[in-house]
Amino acid sequence: MNIHEYQAKEIFRKYGVPVPRGQVAFTVDEAVEAAKNLGGNLWVVKAQIHAGGRGLGGGVKLAKSLDEVRDWADKILGMTLVTHQTGPEGKLVQKVYIEEGADIKAEFYLGMLLDRAAEMPVMMASTEGGMEIEKVAEESPEKIVKVHIDPAIGFQGFHGRQLAFGLGLPKEEVGTFIKFAKALYDVYMDNDAEMIEINPLIKTGDGKFLALDAKMGFDDNALGRHPDIAEMRDLSEEEPTEVEAKQHGLSYIKLDGNVGCMVNGAGLAMATMDIIKHEGGEPANFLDVGGGANPETVAKGFEIILKDPNVKAIFVNIFGGIVRCDRVANGILEATKLTDVNVPVVVRLDGTNAEEAAEILKNAGIKNIISATDLADGAKKAVEAAK
Amino acid sequence: MSILVNKDTKVIVQGFTGKEGTFHASQCMDYGTKIVGGVTPGKGGQEHLGQPVFNTVDEAVKATGATVSMIFVPPAFVADAVMEAADAGIELAVIITEGAPVKDMMYAKAYATKKGMNTIGPNCPGIITAEECKIGIMPGFIFKKGPVGLISKSGTLTYEASNQVVKEGLGITTAVGIGGDPIIGLSYKQLLPMFEADPETEAIVMIGEIGGDLEIQAAKFIKENITKPVVAFIAGQTAPKGKRMGHAGAIISGGSGTAAEKMAALEAAGVKVVVSPADIGKAVKEVMGR
Repeated sequence: MNIHEYQAKEIFRKYGVPVPRGQVAFTVDEAVEAAKNLGGNLWVVKAQIHAGGRGLGGGVKLAKSLDEVRDWADKILGMTLVTHQTGPEGKLVQKVYIEEGADIKAEFYLGMLLDRAAEMPVMMASTEGGMEIEKVAEESPEKIVKVHIDPAIGFQGFHGRQLAFGLGLPKEEVGTFIKFAKALYDVYMDNDAEMIEINPLIKTGDGKFLALDAKMGFDDNALGRHPDIAEMRDLSEEEPTEVEAKQHGLSYIKLDGNVGCMVNGAGLAMATMDIIKHEGGEPANFLDVGGGANPETVAKGFEIILKDPNVKAIFVNIFGGIVRCDRVANGILEATKLTDVNVPVVVRLDGTNAEEAAEILKNAGIKNIISATDLADGAKKAVEAAK
Repeated sequence: MSILVNKDTKVIVQGFTGKEGTFHASQCMDYGTKIVGGVTPGKGGQEHLGQPVFNTVDEAVKATGATVSMIFVPPAFVADAVMEAADAGIELAVIITEGAPVKDMMYAKAYATKKGMNTIGPNCPGIITAEECKIGIMPGFIFKKGPVGLISKSGTLTYEASNQVVKEGLGITTAVGIGGDPIIGLSYKQLLPMFEADPETEAIVMIGEIGGDLEIQAAKFIKENITKPVVAFIAGQTAPKGKRMGHAGAIISGGSGTAAEKMAALEAAGVKVVVSPADIGKAVKEVMGR
């Protein structure tokens, strides 16, 4: 789960990670009010969406007066912001963050995530603040300092020194930087974060470090023990069909093709997309109905797949293990009663009770259903049916 | 022969008396697995499925001599259960539970490693030595005995691959579902040499997916250490960037962890990589020269 910049900064404040003062606003009036409250004569109006590259997309603007705050808030609120991370369709901006302006002397990057190979978190710092870190990693990897932190010993001074000296900071600034990095480590570990990115981390004219931006993602499996963070979820930032699927225990991701897929198991679901492509078609979605495929989940699966007008055929690919194929077959029959399935459905059921299932489908005599003998046969028939 | 588990392996179940634990333990027993007891705190002294229940893993190990534990406890208690097993001297913990927090697994795995305990999973179908011992939730009947070792991140794709291998008139020595979480126990790199050393295994199938770099590590390892033929399939060739495909670990981040790079690395290591998941069985037959 991802959260907004303003929410991440709230968490940062609690842990003593220095951030500029700021306030979130949902309307233009609130934005002006926020700027008044903050005082001063320089503000930044920042679009709050779950995507990077907001500045380049025109979603971050400097305001030198309250009138300018009003103008920018008016322009940004309600705009569809397109960045390299939103895709061409962009994202609707529903809130802005009003922040006091900062005196930027230097910009850095500081991030933290799990290094899966090392099986421990890694903190990464770079002098290339404001740049996309993937790009830096590709073009000038020597500019990224990486420090693995074994949770058994926690964040030690030497971790901080490696980062600080690695960034080339003068020795009188090293202590301040270490404090910053240590607090960030605590934010990461205490909250079961999956990823934290501060880009840029700035040094101000008076030698302070401030998180000018903040991006955080969390381990979904751990949200149960962080109700305060779970509450920060913004469903308007997520694909509505994906959210609906999740509520029914299905894992769904929309793609661009025309062959709908309903599969049990994530690996087999990906493999099904792959074989459709291999047979010359294009998958319309990833859909894992999970281990408990029953008439209701199968019916819901059909309903969700068919919301996509591009879908011209559906490939149901179930390998029955604990899930019995006869139950899935009955689920398909049930589903065709509950939902108007108006495209051809190619069904491949293998594994536990596959023969009984074939019998059930044959005797039902539903015109839209085409049965397939194996994975390749099913994929071929589905691609053909979608033409 | 086989790897890790066989007909003599003594197994206990953590989360024995729960719904999932009960159902799958009885399925394993039907398959022939020697389930010698289980652990449910507070239910020690009772009998369940004809076997003794213990309050702690320590008691269970002392009383039964079990070396393997199959773990079905709820996600929030997985780390505790794994560490308890490691502490009690269990040699292999097979973690079936889905949804364990990554941070918990980071601590649990580090402790297991320190104690010399192997782990499989979490969020996996388990391990099966065909016609001898099933420790997990896979449908046993698909796994007929034969000369092929199988390592897979995905559950249903394991069944699919085994089914194809069996249809070609071959079969399985041992199949291991390693799971698709960001932090997992035994992986390709540890399991490949076990299959290499197993005299009954003549060929190895490895099934990977997008995300992480375990398959890349495996490719390097195969090139230098594995002489038996290997067939590989990588799921997610058509997966979009930045989207999590069901498994917590299955995500292409920052352009790395793609199926294409994994397939290329494996091919360069001399592995027979199939593009279509329907060709796994045929490819195994081909590399074995049968």
